[in-house]
Amino acid sequence: MIFARGLVKRFGDFTAVRGIDVEVAPGEAFGFLGPNGAGKSSTMRMISCVSAPTSGELRILGMDPVRDGTRIRARLGVCPQLDNLDPDLTVRENLTTYARYFGLSRAEGRRRADELLEFVQLTERAGSMVEPLSGGMKRRLTIARAMINEPDIVLLDEPTTGLDPQARHLLWERLFRLKQRGTTLVLTTHYMDEAEQLCDRLVVMDGGKIVAEGSPRSLIERYSTAEVVELRFPDGLDLNADYAAKLDGIGERVDPLPDRVLLYADDGDAAVAEVQRRGLSPSSVLVRRSTLEDVFLHLTGRTLVD
Amino acid sequence: MTAGTVHPSIAVLERHLTLYRRLWRASVFSSFVLPVLFVVSIGIGVGGYVGSVGGVDYLSWIVPGVVASTAFQMAVGESTYSVLGDFKWVRAYHAMRATPVRPDHIVTGHLLYLLFRVTTAVLVFLLVVLFFGALHSPWAVTVPLVCALLTVASAAPVTAFAASIESDSHFSLLFRFVMIPATLFSGVFFPIEQLPALVRPVAYASPLWHAVELCRAATLGAAPPWPVAAHVGCLLLWAVAGTLLAAHRFRRRLED
Repeated sequence: MIFARGLVKRFGDFTAVRGIDVEVAPGEAFGFLGPNGAGKSSTMRMISCVSAPTSGELRILGMDPVRDGTRIRARLGVCPQLDNLDPDLTVRENLTTYARYFGLSRAEGRRRADELLEFVQLTERAGSMVEPLSGGMKRRLTIARAMINEPDIVLLDEPTTGLDPQARHLLWERLFRLKQRGTTLVLTTHYMDEAEQLCDRLVVMDGGKIVAEGSPRSLIERYSTAEVVELRFPDGLDLNADYAAKLDGIGERVDPLPDRVLLYADDGDAAVAEVQRRGLSPSSVLVRRSTLEDVFLHLTGRTLVD
Repeated sequence: MTAGTVHPSIAVLERHLTLYRRLWRASVFSSFVLPVLFVVSIGIGVGGYVGSVGGVDYLSWIVPGVVASTAFQMAVGESTYSVLGDFKWVRAYHAMRATPVRPDHIVTGHLLYLLFRVTTAVLVFLLVVLFFGALHSPWAVTVPLVCALLTVASAAPVTAFAASIESDSHFSLLFRFVMIPATLFSGVFFPIEQLPALVRPVAYASPLWHAVELCRAATLGAAPPWPVAAHVGCLLLWAVAGTLLAAHRFRRRLED
């Protein structure tokens, strides 16, 4: 569905994407993961055929986005990061108007609008204006709008940023159904739980490059341990580096943070036992499963980018 | 994908009309009532003192000027905040850009919508002034065509301008230094022969002046100051150059 080799995007002196290789198969849910400024959105804009690659090869649905942009866009559904619904149109009119951009007949536009409103659970709001809708409702409407042309690929740029937990879970559930129907999903996110929930496969981007690729599970196996022990010490804060030195050799890796020390170990309980054997007495001990977040922070570092 | 049952420009026009259906009541006063009040007060009130200009009564003389300047103001006014807003606040153009609709379709859809708005206003206005006996020639039926050409000639470059700026404060410059002078010095209220020779080229450059002279020639049944082809040519030049520039600006803003 999507094929990129050595894809580069430059804006003047700034290189947003520095030569990435990506392949997305039909029916797959594929994620671009990375901190702000990693080049995810620039990549998405190239895939959605609104921004031409500076160099490298890019094929979408077997076509060239520069030459066949219009034909490709006819088969894509785009859910942008910033909502761009028409606030002075009704919920339903937002869909029927959009259907016309794809050349659909009025009757077909109305039929699909009603079907999609049902799908995103907005049928009761069909006649209301967009403005008073909640953030979650607007995002659902944007997703419904992205599906009006029955696209082969749906592109979602940070689909749940800024939504409350209930709204996020409802959205994930709808996206999961979409995936079950065989629609190819491509999304960007900086939420690890979102990537774990939705993606079959993902790439981690940092500084315009791909730093890791695989399924959420395989990335955890490769870049982290099965479990993580989080230790807090009563006089921690300034002394965590000292504690880390004392913990050296336990598990595979020790990572002192300002507020706690992380111990990466395949057997968390054994690691805790070893901590106690060394005479250390942390004020709190938490053994948890390793998550994509550990991989992400390990790969992209802990420095705040903006 | 069922393709091609509606042209993308028409789809864009439909979106504007759907929005207008909700807002048209607010525009009735400025589109239909205001120009008529204008003609009544200036034409009859001021005309009572002025008497006649170039051998016709003042009312008949300014009617074609007012109709053209109404078209001009509508075309310019509707191409400012609403265009910038669809880039910056509503981001409707970005939404369109994600579909098979191209930037040039967005521009033509916008211009088609303005043609609809201006033409309806011009027809209503002509109907009203017909009863004031201000139309002296059957050529008056060409006035809507001239106004349509004027609409594109003035809206297209302003649309290009609106697509090139980041802040709406630039519009006050446009209104102050372009729109008001154009309205005052384009032969709407007095013949441009009254202007100092130094200022007259400003009128020649203004699409409004050419449209005013063509409309006046049509309603009075007289020959315009320049050959018709020259006036039409100037308007066409503005229209074509403005449309191309607008499409270029839209492309640049929506890509990358």
